[in-house]
Amino acid sequence: MTAKLLQVDNLFCHFDGVIAVADLSFSVRAGEIKAVIGPNGAGKSTLFNMIAGVTRPSAGQIRFDDERIDHLPTFRRARRGIARTFQNLQIFRDMSVLENVMVGRHMRSAAGMTQAILHSSALRAEERAIAAAAMDLLDRFGLASKAQTQAGTLSFGQLKVLELARSLACEPRLLLLDEPAAGLPHAEADRMGEIISSLNRDGMTVLLVEHNMRMVMSLSHDILVLNNGRRIAEGTADEVRRHPEVLAAYLGEAEDA
Amino acid sequence: MQTSSAFLQLLVAGISTGSIYALIALGFNVVFKSTGAMNFAQGEWVVMGGMISALLLGTFSSVGVACLLAVLLVAIFGLLSERLVIRPLRHPTALLITLVSIGLSICTRSFVMLTLGKKPVGYPGFSGATTISLGGVTFQAQTLWIVGLTLAFLVIMHFFFERSMLGKALRAAAADREAAAIVGVRVETTILISFGIAAFAGALAGAIITPLTLASYDQGAMFGFKGFSAAMLGGVGSLPGAVVGGLALGLLEAFGSFYISSDFKDAIAFAVLLLILFVRPSGLLGRADVVKV
Repeated sequence: MTAKLLQVDNLFCHFDGVIAVADLSFSVRAGEIKAVIGPNGAGKSTLFNMIAGVTRPSAGQIRFDDERIDHLPTFRRARRGIARTFQNLQIFRDMSVLENVMVGRHMRSAAGMTQAILHSSALRAEERAIAAAAMDLLDRFGLASKAQTQAGTLSFGQLKVLELARSLACEPRLLLLDEPAAGLPHAEADRMGEIISSLNRDGMTVLLVEHNMRMVMSLSHDILVLNNGRRIAEGTADEVRRHPEVLAAYLGEAEDA
Repeated sequence: MQTSSAFLQLLVAGISTGSIYALIALGFNVVFKSTGAMNFAQGEWVVMGGMISALLLGTFSSVGVACLLAVLLVAIFGLLSERLVIRPLRHPTALLITLVSIGLSICTRSFVMLTLGKKPVGYPGFSGATTISLGGVTFQAQTLWIVGLTLAFLVIMHFFFERSMLGKALRAAAADREAAAIVGVRVETTILISFGIAAFAGALAGAIITPLTLASYDQGAMFGFKGFSAAMLGGVGSLPGAVVGGLALGLLEAFGSFYISSDFKDAIAFAVLLLILFVRPSGLLGRADVVKV
């Protein structure tokens, strides 16, 4: 039995009386790909925001690696090993492709302000190492030739891959992917699926929000279905597919679409 | 005075004043980038740079040492200001930070007046009172120091932001706070550092201009206003914009006060600011889409 990397207990979140997430408990085991699905407004984004530290839960606990993280600011969670991509790409568009990934490795830099100003030789060596590691990542995702390009000029599909590369630069243990295939044409969505799958084979734990059912069903070891902020089902693709409440709430309308 | 030598004389004066404006504008821009706010305490740091240099000159006989220490002290003052006044804000919106900075500027001015006095102070230039004559133009050696040190500072800042990891983190946090935090950048720290850099730049401007103009506690608002105009002129939030805006404003003032009337020297900055706000609010180098407050 593998260890639970992420554990969510009795999580609630409400904004001005509107309940976004209610009494939600689930866990993510190390090494698995878990998908969170549900109709729009089901609470998926709120859940992601609470795990990443953007939104405070109204009640409940989030544990990462057996330690509570629900009180920590975002950057501390990132430093513990939680990385994410955003539903609407949040790339540093005015920086180069390489710099975007280098910022992801920023926390590997020990340098303070004084060193940065004096630009010591130790610092330069460190920067070269960070640049080289960032370059390796770009190479792996086929973006090496674009390293010096301004990120904002990349195509949508390339930006999606770049954002993934940037989040991997943090060397996370848990990757939160918010609709990685959204907006991608068929072939590119498939390639994104392959990338995620290969990361997982290398040991990456993934929590995935995605509307592309083909991707969800083929990638996920385990699927959590939310509706109106509550869990309505959890299990393997086959189990979830047959669940009557899921069919009623979600899959029926998704397949029509 | 011959027309051509008058022209050169004005050019030198404009570049020298423009350098000072560029430094102040850089302070505005760095804080704007990290917070989206206009920091109206910027001008007070210029005054502090000059007045503390004068004070320290009593203890350290070298003008250079006194100025360096003064600039570092003001930078620390800038860091403390952020830590004590900006950081505690519960909802630090751009508008709120701007308003708080006005309060900060008034407090800083009073603090300077009470601790350093109301009398204008000055000190000799870094090369004494040496004057240089070159091709019919005569100017103080300090002018070269002003232009040279400003240039050096701008080059260092450029490499800091473009090359160093910390500089990249600052730019990332300025571009998208949420995305920067998610890759582990501590956004509060980047704001703190931006205030430190802004105070350093302002104090440097004050320390190098004081030998030519004297420093007095009540000049902060005017320095701040000129730097603000330069920042708006060049394009708020951009490093090259600060340089272009500063130099353009310095040259406009120098030529305007000679060819129109020296009475209009300060009015020119006001007129430029209004014109820019009417015609091209994003500044000469700014893009229309960068300003989101």
